[in-house]
Amino acid sequence: MIQVRDLWKSFGGNQVLKGITLSIPRGQTYVVLGGSGSGKTVLMKHVIGLFRPDRGTVTVNGVQITGLEGKALTEARRVFGMVFQGAALFDSMTVYDNVAFPLRERGHSPTPELVREKVLAKLKVVDLGDEVLERFPAELSGGMRKRVALARALVSDPQVVLYDEPTTGLDPITTDYVDGMIVAAKQKLGVTSMVISHDVASAFKVADRLAVLYDGRLAAEGTPAEVKASTDPYVQRYLSTWFQKQ
Amino acid sequence: MRRLQAALEDFGGMIFFAFEAVAWAFRPPFRPWLILTQMAFIGAGSVFIVGVTGTFSGMVLALQGNYAMKQFAAEGYVGGSVALALARELAPVLTALMVTGRAGSAIATELGTMRVTEQIDAMDSMAVNPIQYLVVPRVIAALLMFPALTMVFNLLGYLGAYVMGIYVARIPVGPFIEHTRTFLVTGDIGHGLLKAVLFGLVVAVITCWRGYSATGGSRGVGEGTTRAVVSSSIGILVVDYALTLFSVGT
Ligand SMILES: Nc1ncnc2c1ncn2[C@@H]1O[C@H](COP(=O)(O)OP(=O)(O)OP(=O)(O)O)[C@@H](O)[C@H]1O
Ligand SMILES: [Mg+2]
Repeated sequence: MIQVRDLWKSFGGNQVLKGITLSIPRGQTYVVLGGSGSGKTVLMKHVIGLFRPDRGTVTVNGVQITGLEGKALTEARRVFGMVFQGAALFDSMTVYDNVAFPLRERGHSPTPELVREKVLAKLKVVDLGDEVLERFPAELSGGMRKRVALARALVSDPQVVLYDEPTTGLDPITTDYVDGMIVAAKQKLGVTSMVISHDVASAFKVADRLAVLYDGRLAAEGTPAEVKASTDPYVQRYLSTWFQKQ
Repeated sequence: MRRLQAALEDFGGMIFFAFEAVAWAFRPPFRPWLILTQMAFIGAGSVFIVGVTGTFSGMVLALQGNYAMKQFAAEGYVGGSVALALARELAPVLTALMVTGRAGSAIATELGTMRVTEQIDAMDSMAVNPIQYLVVPRVIAALLMFPALTMVFNLLGYLGAYVMGIYVARIPVGPFIEHTRTFLVTGDIGHGLLKAVLFGLVVAVITCWRGYSATGGSRGVGEGTTRAVVSSSIGILVVDYALTLFSVGT
């Protein structure tokens, strides 16, 4: 479903990605771990074509995203939903209009009833009720904003969902709930997911495959068992903080 | 040298951006509601400031014109010359400058904030083209509202000149109107409105581009807004000069 081949990216003199290669089979959940500033978000933004690589390619569903621009790129993004690390809600729109946005603005106009039904259903999934519908993003807590962003990313039932730290800033119960959502989307709808996480516990819970990004490369990559068994010193240190608690 | 290269790249980016906006303007979905919202913001929201500027400009022009022409006992020409100056020059230019300060800066700030808070990226990620959704309605609204506001300026400016000329400077009504009729032809108003359309294009493209290409957090947005207003104002004056030269020659 998603193939990333030999991806390189630098900003000015800052070499962020140094040859990333990974592939995500259809219907699987792929988790990217790594320290703050290691380039996880940059990697994810390449997958949806928000950044252009210096070298290398990204292919989604057989379409080479890295070669597209303009209308073709916009069209190719229809298969995606993305949750941004900072939620990135439209601050001039209410919660309702934010979540309804992908349904209304993609060219085929569904009836208002259908939009309402889908929006309310998705907000309910992230445990938000009627009382937030007419609020603006500035009037929500950080965790609520994150959940609205989740609802917005999922409302058009995309085939591929990119989650940039979907659970950072959420309480443990909601975190567990969101993890459950990712798994349910995979099992019920066959959704392919790429998840960036700082939470090792939930990473191992939802992942079919994992990667640990360090110094612009994948320090480890594979099934949870393979990554756990990695002998890479950085990976061991990264994971030990959590496994010690077990 | 580096700065020159950066400036040229930025300019090239803006030209490309303008062509992209044109291309997206002709593709569905069309969003009339967004165009109307922007027309209300750029147009209706600027009527007051443009009206005030127009009225005062007309009043001042009438007094100054009267002061100058009195020396040749030619006060009767005040009405005509004010109308001509307004229609061909002052109405389009001053309107554009006022609207840049009021609406242009707001456009640059709004789009810049959306850029640095990843709202534009989010829109992209939802397969909604931000140039089509955010830029096209603003450009179309500016193309329509700049000439409309210029007409407001014209009318109120002439009214101001009339009141000052007739009631304060005591110029006889007959020649005042008569010379306006002979001086001012429809082509003069058309010339001013053509300028207004081009100013609208220049201002909308520059301010949208400054917002759309903003980087560096709230400080970057602030700097982008300042640059947007400065370059729009210069753009207005340069386009005005070029069109005037083209139209009347040397
Ligand atoms: N638009 C940009 N322009 C310049 N540099 C950037 C840009 N985006 C990211 N970077 C740089 O790329 C590097 C990786 O950033 P990235 O946001 O991918 O980190 P991350 O792994 O997502 O970190 P975190 O876990 O804190 O979110 C950082 O050094 C950052 O400064
Ligand atoms: Mg990040």
